[in-house]
Amino acid sequence: MNLFLTFAKIGTFTIGGGYAMIPLMEEELVRKSRSLTAEEFLDVLALSQAMPGVFAVNMAAVVGNRLKGLKGSVSAICGTVLAPIAIILLVAILYRRLSDNPHVEHAFMAVRPVVVALIAAPVVRLAKSAKIGWSTCWIPVAAVVLIALLGVSPVWVIVGVMALAVVYFLGRKKTNINQQIHK
Amino acid sequence: MLLKLFLTFLKIGVFTFGGGYAMVALIQSEVVERQGWLTTQEFTDLLALSQMTPGPIGINSATYAGYAAMQAEGYGQGLSVAGAVVASLGVVLLPVVLILGVNYLLSRYKELPVVQFVLKMLRLAVVGIIASAALSLMNAANFGSLDGDMKQLVVSVALFVAAFVVTVLPKREGSKMRRPGPIAMLLIAALVGVAVYW
Repeated sequence: MNLFLTFAKIGTFTIGGGYAMIPLMEEELVRKSRSLTAEEFLDVLALSQAMPGVFAVNMAAVVGNRLKGLKGSVSAICGTVLAPIAIILLVAILYRRLSDNPHVEHAFMAVRPVVVALIAAPVVRLAKSAKIGWSTCWIPVAAVVLIALLGVSPVWVIVGVMALAVVYFLGRKKTNINQQIHK
Repeated sequence: MLLKLFLTFLKIGVFTFGGGYAMVALIQSEVVERQGWLTTQEFTDLLALSQMTPGPIGINSATYAGYAAMQAEGYGQGLSVAGAVVASLGVVLLPVVLILGVNYLLSRYKELPVVQFVLKMLRLAVVGIIASAALSLMNAANFGSLDGDMKQLVVSVALFVAAFVVTVLPKREGSKMRRPGPIAMLLIAALVGVAVYW
């Protein structure tokens, strides 16, 4: 399917912010069209999370770029933002009339918990593709404790993991060289 | 005014680290406190509407703020719509250029063992980050609370469990039933809400 249309679909049905986009993108890009592997998807997530800007637009920019270059980025971004911009403009203009309708509020009362479930569910699938084992399961757990309990920004978690991984990797390399010398 | 709006949102875009909610805080400090384009009351409306309407919160709030700021300054409908577009464009421009640059570097050097190792660790951390996003959304605003409307709490938890189970359960071999996608589930939930809370 065309990138613009795919992302228009994703953007239009993202209710409640960027994280709500994750299950939709995973469904469209990883499971349906298989344009990305689950690992690539996680890489794009980490990158979009670590950089400034609107999370969903960052994701669209990178995914579009990986699939179709610069043109892909532009069409994915336009797809993501066009319908939402049009809708919120309409709402801004018609605001008073819409917010008085109880059915609109009722629909949203039921939609919100489902949005949360949709965000929680990919955790299970993505955990498998991230190859979590007993020796590494402390990393996601530590991330949850830091972010959900201690209120640390996910940006710092990503920066911290990057720094620790580089230090650990270089340290391991050194010991490997030392062992070879001793042999 | 349009140029000022563009520059303000350009700044908001570059300094937003960590998604839509971080951007909302920045919009408040720039648009409400510094420029005085919106009142606190108008800003609260903006928040509710950006969350309720489809689309990323960052884009929605920028679009709405751009429109409302122009209106507040006494411009007409047409120029206000232009303001909305300018604010949305400003907010995404620099971050997109930045992330495409980093993405290019990353794909160029992805064969390096150190990059491979860092990515492997990051994938683990990202799983935790998504889990915390889900956890932090399990609040009274989304589910209702014990001392509020019990009906809402029960309905919310039931909907949550149903949606979670349907999404996570593996498809049975040979079964003809198609698992509903996220969009179908959201639409079903909206209908359920209208019916249950009638």
